[in-house]
Amino acid sequence: MTDLNTLGLAEARDLLRKGETTSVELTEACLGAIEAADALNAFVHKTPEIALERAKAADARLAAGEAPAMCGLPIGIKDLFCTEGVPSQAASRILEGFKPEYESTVSQNLRDAGAVMLGKLNMDEFAMGSSNETSTYGNAINPWRRGNDEAALTPGGSSGGSASAVAADLCLAATGTDTGGSIRQPAAFTGTVGIKPTYGRCSRWGIIAFASSLDQAGPMTKSVRDAAIMLEAMCSTDPKDSTSIDLPVPNFEAMLTGDIKGKKIGIPTEYRMEGMPEEIETLWSDGTAMLRDAGAEIVDISLPHTKYALPAYYVIAPAEASSNLARYDGVRYGHRAKLSQGDGITEMYEKTRAEGFGDEVQRRIMIGTYVLSAGFYDAYYNRARRVRTLIKRDFEQVFADGIDAILTPATPSAAFGLGEMADADPVQMYLNDIFTVTVNLAGLPGIAVPTGTDRQGLPLGLQLIGRPWEEGELLNTAYALESAAGFVAKPAKWW
Amino acid sequence: MSIDENTAARVAKLARIKVEDEALPALASDFNRILGFIEQLNEVDVDGVEPMTSVTPVRLKRREDVVTDGNQQQKVLANAPDAREGFFAVPKVVE
Repeated sequence: MTDLNTLGLAEARDLLRKGETTSVELTEACLGAIEAADALNAFVHKTPEIALERAKAADARLAAGEAPAMCGLPIGIKDLFCTEGVPSQAASRILEGFKPEYESTVSQNLRDAGAVMLGKLNMDEFAMGSSNETSTYGNAINPWRRGNDEAALTPGGSSGGSASAVAADLCLAATGTDTGGSIRQPAAFTGTVGIKPTYGRCSRWGIIAFASSLDQAGPMTKSVRDAAIMLEAMCSTDPKDSTSIDLPVPNFEAMLTGDIKGKKIGIPTEYRMEGMPEEIETLWSDGTAMLRDAGAEIVDISLPHTKYALPAYYVIAPAEASSNLARYDGVRYGHRAKLSQGDGITEMYEKTRAEGFGDEVQRRIMIGTYVLSAGFYDAYYNRARRVRTLIKRDFEQVFADGIDAILTPATPSAAFGLGEMADADPVQMYLNDIFTVTVNLAGLPGIAVPTGTDRQGLPLGLQLIGRPWEEGELLNTAYALESAAGFVAKPAKWW
Repeated sequence: MSIDENTAARVAKLARIKVEDEALPALASDFNRILGFIEQLNEVDVDGVEPMTSVTPVRLKRREDVVTDGNQQQKVLANAPDAREGFFAVPKVVE
């Protein structure tokens, strides 16, 4: 039998239900893999006692024949989710020592469904980054390497620890969050599947806020089927989040028929960026051919405001962040700076925030403060919100014309080396989200599926964008793409 | 629109983040690069377009105006850097 930690959710679930393994066995296999993988720096707070306790409880439920979807399946949780009694610090120094007295709705839903938490996963500080290099815990490392080159690569960000852990089989699946591409870009960089559902599908309650109008949680998994299983367990209508949608959660897995005959797939002209690497071009046209061969109709479409998505995002997200992160003031939780004789409350705020926040977070808070300040609010913030309306309208138009899903590259390149972007200006790093950020601005569901490798053997992914609330349809199209691509490569173990 | 060191210092003050004087030139130059990138938005014709307030066209939910939670003083204070006698403690606020 293969090592249990290498299983996906669906396979492990089926073995558990047949009584061929136990949750304790699965959990111990993952805990062993985690212990041997410190070099990846993916798990930053390990919770083996909690894991084994929940695994035993899950085995009891399974024995009693009462086994919900995720029962007994060991997963990792991104550090952005508040987990009761377990450090939850958004990879920031400012939340050092913070142990929530409550559980986020999404992690509670997973707990209720019987999932076993193995620990907390590395990420960019406050989810602000595309390479996991802004974390107070240090970089998470991609298990993939360029052939025999030992240079450490980024697993992407912000959900870098989640992507690294899933790709390296340290857990069966993990939670992620996505504000501008933070699930889909790391999934593409690690050969895993990541879906960001429609804004409002997953409750944001208890997830440390970055940009509230854009943040959504979602699963990061080893297959599309696993994504369907875990997404269903994460979604709910939550009275504690006023933007949580009042819609029933479908059985997403039951919708995976692989039949996409007659579906209209849009290929947006504006995503063909100048200077796009040939490998990405080829990946995209290969994916288009796969969907066509599966019976879909391919339609060229236009999303004319695409170019303005990133600049609009870099007004709206920092503006919301500056407001959300105002709460970290050294009073109620986390770090407080040591004060000098005579320092008052203002010095306490300023020193605490200077010590507690890293450079990128400080930069974004201050950009947000600037675009919201008197005299600039209209010129920057309101203009960006108007452009956001136009970006959403672009999508509404193509969906009204009968398009079922849109196929694009997930990222402009394969995973890059850690430190390679250190001298680049901040805008260069922001370009990583160029294909994903439109989806957050329009509140749509988007999924990254691994479909190929570059010439150095690194995984590459394509993105499918769906209609609002039609995650089931989207997952089915992704399932068809996954089946056609047959991506099975795994990173060679070096850690 | 270019940001000078004085503006950078003013923004840092508004954001309640202490920035040392020697760090201001680099900060101002970062701001200028990011704002330069954002300037592209001026190319877009936004006449008559409403600023987006909610990405989903639903009315924000309301609830009864009643107490739903409370009596958790210990839990509320559990993570405070300095809590005394049931309160959050901070340095002197008024002279």
